[in-house]
Amino acid sequence: MLEIKNLHVSIDGKEILKGIDLKINKGEVHAIMGPNGSGKSTLAQVLAGREEYEITKGEVTYEGLNLLEMSPEDRARAGFFLAFQYPVEIPGVSNTNLLKTALNEIRKAKGEEPLDAIEFLALIKDKMKLVELDQSLLSRAVNESFSGGEKKRNEIFQMAVLNPKLAVLDETDSGLDIDALKIVANGVNQLKSKENSIIVVTHYQRLLNYIIPDYVHVLYKGRIIKSGGKDLALELEDRGYDWIKEHSSQLTLSK
Amino acid sequence: MSTTEVTKIEELANTEYKYGFVTDIETESLPKGLNEGIISQLSAIKNEPDWMLEWRLKAYHQWLTMKEPHWANVKYSSIDYQDLSYYSAPKKKPDLKSLDEVDPELLKTFEKLGISLEEQKRLSGVAVDAVFDSVSVATTFKEKLAELGIIFCSISEAIQKYPDLVKKYMGSVVPYTDNFFASLNSAVFSDGSFAYIPKGVRCPMELSTYFRINASNTGQFERTLIIADEGSYVSYLEGCTAPRRDENQLHAAVVELIALDNAQIKYSTVQNWYAGDKDGKGGIYNFVTKRGACRGINSKISWTQVETGSAITWKYPGCILQGDNSIGEFYSVAVTNNMQQADTGTKMIHLGKNTRSTIISKGISAGRSNNSYRGLVKINRKAENARNFSQCDSLLLGDKCGAHTFPYLEINNPTAQIEHEATTSKIGEDQIFYLNQRGISTEDAIGLIVNGYCKEVFKELPMEFAVEATKLLSISLEGSVG
Repeated sequence: MLEIKNLHVSIDGKEILKGIDLKINKGEVHAIMGPNGSGKSTLAQVLAGREEYEITKGEVTYEGLNLLEMSPEDRARAGFFLAFQYPVEIPGVSNTNLLKTALNEIRKAKGEEPLDAIEFLALIKDKMKLVELDQSLLSRAVNESFSGGEKKRNEIFQMAVLNPKLAVLDETDSGLDIDALKIVANGVNQLKSKENSIIVVTHYQRLLNYIIPDYVHVLYKGRIIKSGGKDLALELEDRGYDWIKEHSSQLTLSK
Repeated sequence: MSTTEVTKIEELANTEYKYGFVTDIETESLPKGLNEGIISQLSAIKNEPDWMLEWRLKAYHQWLTMKEPHWANVKYSSIDYQDLSYYSAPKKKPDLKSLDEVDPELLKTFEKLGISLEEQKRLSGVAVDAVFDSVSVATTFKEKLAELGIIFCSISEAIQKYPDLVKKYMGSVVPYTDNFFASLNSAVFSDGSFAYIPKGVRCPMELSTYFRINASNTGQFERTLIIADEGSYVSYLEGCTAPRRDENQLHAAVVELIALDNAQIKYSTVQNWYAGDKDGKGGIYNFVTKRGACRGINSKISWTQVETGSAITWKYPGCILQGDNSIGEFYSVAVTNNMQQADTGTKMIHLGKNTRSTIISKGISAGRSNNSYRGLVKINRKAENARNFSQCDSLLLGDKCGAHTFPYLEINNPTAQIEHEATTSKIGEDQIFYLNQRGISTEDAIGLIVNGYCKEVFKELPMEFAVEATKLLSISLEGSVG
């Protein structure tokens, strides 16, 4: 599904990612954890195609395609989805309008006919239930005057409608109370299949109680310094990031 | 915005004007220059009665004493009024009975614009009075309108057939002394539209005119007069595109609306004249005087405009709220791109009691363009309980364009309630990236955002016009921002 090889990324001349290697197969859930400033969100943004970042080295293959050469919209049309950490407000553009345009672009790229109004409405009503979103959010402008929790649920709702092959959830848990967290996790779990893959980017372990990862990677100072199974997240929770920081300096020393 | 974003915008800005073409129809023009002789000749060609020629000459003498105004926030090299031809008409003047008799070249032009008269006639039921280079060449649905006593014809025809109505109302809202361009228009107007809706009649269809400037080096001076008699209603649509041109073309139209007691006029414009190339060469100068008089009690006039074209726009459709409880509305979207300059807005003059006005202005600037809103709200001493709400928003695309707001308030009655809101925003890189990430191209993303931004105005347009406006906006954005 996705293979990242020796990825180096800088912004304004400062290197943020210093050689990331990661391989994700179909049907897998990977968690990327790490303290603030470790480069987690940078990785998510670079995969989505944000232009401010300079890729100095490395390659990313997605479904056999050279991801880094694709425009952000082509990545999306090829089934890549990013649930934003800070979803932006777009005044005047209704949620429905955005979703319909997006869905039909993705369908077009797949050679499928656009959905008509009735089919589309049936689809979004069905998907709204997944994240228990209120129907009134459909006609409201995208993310405008949404609460923090609504914004995050709206991201997962969009994911449900667009049905991506690879979804990156960038700190989707931040700012959510426990009930909202469960709703979001529940939605994501229902979208999980043998055919798609999910990358959960998070600072805290708690989301991983509900979305069980197959692999956990710890990102620190732009490098993945430890990978393991779901128990690694629990260990991190117990011992904190300081443990991993020590681990990191030991790694550096031993080199 | 990031440099790549700006580059993208610049790339898109280089898209050529889609409607730039010249129709090859032989034209009959007066020699260049302006004097009493030319005006007499013009009046004679049109077979006008003496009173009309006298009025034109009075306007001409008034104009001679006036100076071209330069207070607007626009820049252009001075116009040589003696170097313009003041009349041009298609040589083959077709009979108005059937479209088959219209010059096929002309029909082709309309087809290119997607406004084929046949299509219009068949699909939308819109009566079209097509003004092509100053002379009306086709009028449809006339009979249907005639059954209701509605008059919808060219102003030249109205001068011949309905002189009393023309004498009574022409110049009653925009007098020939009004301003430099209005005086010029009064002296040399070539043609335009005339509509009269009798008492108590609700006009069953949208009245529509497509203006088009075609002959080289010809100033275009349209004159439109619409009268809604007591208790009547009319919705009038005006839409324009013009072919590519090398020299600047002057357009100085006058539109007068009169609403009597309990009457309502809705005037909608979609304006897409050639704006010049990306360096601003060859675009239309659009210096228009549009004004409506809510003369009767409970009358209402709404101006809705979507302005995407012209090199320079100087335009302030206004309402004089004379009748008690009368209502004036102005809804505007003005898009400027490349080197375009627009100084546009409205004037709401409150004279009667309990008069209300609403102003919603949405400016969009892209490229190296300049977009100014200029609006006057004046509450007269006797206008008890007048109310105005104004909202002026500016949206900037890229970082080389400008948006300016010049609101003027003159309040002479303490019972007035005035609200003014203004915002300036930029399309954020974050917004575009967010939409990109959902599979939407930058061009479509900007289209979505801009259409969302203009929604309040578009919803005021008649249905079929709203669709066209959205289309024109995206064409203009394609050539401007995305």
